[in-house]
Amino acid sequence: MAEVMQDTQEVKEKEPLFGKAERKLLIDPINDNNPITVQVLGVCSALAVTTLVYPSIIMAIAVIFVTAFSNLFTSMLRNTIPKSVRMIVQLVIIATLVTIVEQVLKAVNFPVYKQLSVFIGLIITNCIVMGRLEAFAMANKPWRSFVDGIGNGLGYGLILVIVAVFREIFGKGSLLAGSPMEMKIIGASDLYWINTATNPWFGWYMNNNLMVLSVAAMFILGILIWVQRSRNPKLIDIS
Amino acid sequence: MHSTNYIIRFVLIMTTLAALILASLNTFLGPQHAKNEKIYNKRAVLAAVKDHLDGTPLTDMTDQQVEDVFANKIQQEVINMSGEVIEGVTAESVDLAKERKKPEADRLLPLYVYTDSAGKKYYILSIRGNGLWDEIWGSIALEEDMKTVAGASFDHKGETPGLGAEIKDNPAFPEQFTGKTIIDEQGNYTSVVVKKGGATNPANEVDAISGATVTSNGVTEMLYRGIRYYQPYFNKLEQKS
Repeated sequence: MAEVMQDTQEVKEKEPLFGKAERKLLIDPINDNNPITVQVLGVCSALAVTTLVYPSIIMAIAVIFVTAFSNLFTSMLRNTIPKSVRMIVQLVIIATLVTIVEQVLKAVNFPVYKQLSVFIGLIITNCIVMGRLEAFAMANKPWRSFVDGIGNGLGYGLILVIVAVFREIFGKGSLLAGSPMEMKIIGASDLYWINTATNPWFGWYMNNNLMVLSVAAMFILGILIWVQRSRNPKLIDIS
Repeated sequence: MHSTNYIIRFVLIMTTLAALILASLNTFLGPQHAKNEKIYNKRAVLAAVKDHLDGTPLTDMTDQQVEDVFANKIQQEVINMSGEVIEGVTAESVDLAKERKKPEADRLLPLYVYTDSAGKKYYILSIRGNGLWDEIWGSIALEEDMKTVAGASFDHKGETPGLGAEIKDNPAFPEQFTGKTIIDEQGNYTSVVVKKGGATNPANEVDAISGATVTSNGVTEMLYRGIRYYQPYFNKLEQKS
């Protein structure tokens, strides 16, 4: 892994740029301290945007950008922010970054912007962002805060993509629809790999309409949490 | 603790900076946004005649190709409610969402006339109505006889995914409209009806989406009213020929 290599190269410095602490900040939120499955934050958008994989990936990138840079800027300003207005200041930073993301996405990929519609704007209210600012960036140095932001964004994005993969395959029979790498897997026409209209084994198959509703994301998320809690020793006796 | 003076200064500088960044970004990206939105709307119009486009299918077309089709093969007209052509405006500049707020008699209607390589004309009408949660809209292409549907495309603002949103997401829904007529056997205007429980009259009924009764009825209503608005214009065209 790239992180490991950097780790060994920069070990001579007094405070390594990417040492053990940073690695923990980056890796922890992906599994042991995942913002969605362990802290149960940001579930709202995880249910709403995960019908298709491609928009979920874009959403994940947007959230990584916002958590990383809001953490960075808040941490840089942490000693100058007046305590009485700190929430407002944090919100201004988040809102500015989210608006930047929204404007750029609208210019770069308009169809996906249309698809995600309000959910890009609603990153402002995503508890993960505000939560990291309050819990981490206000008390730590800029670089570590930045890494922490990336880690939490990645943890969020990973769950988003896993849920979306299940929902898209079983709900639409495709994968990455809308992107240049679109794959049509199962469906009743010649365009799909498995054509249910002619295939003797899959004649019974139908797309599951429940999967396109947000209810299905709740089920998948629940199963994910279950699997994670029963496999990860650090989480087994959490209650 | 910081003084009140400091707090006020801090917040003022902070918000001014944020406003400056966002304002300049918006000015910088504004033209691109407008361009993207235009292309998006043009693709929606062309989706109604996607079976009659020559060469590349619509989904594989580049933005430039879409512009070319619009420039070379589409004639834009704006008509009013009594069927007269309004000069000096392009169909693109008519926003149906705004037109819907005007009294019925004052509304303007965009009309795109597409001519394919064989010289056949298609009239693409823009329609707009209400679904379950919010507005729905679409384009309906009529063939040269102005009675037969050549294709349709729909879009929506906030219908339920998997139910009402199927009018856009499920390609089989708009495909049903191809070949339907908007008049009954006596020649009276009936539009195309989205029928719950399955179409019984193959000439002008299509299957509704199960579980999405309100959206389906919304499509029926939108089609009935939307296509009727264009009838005075078509009647005039018929009298001329």
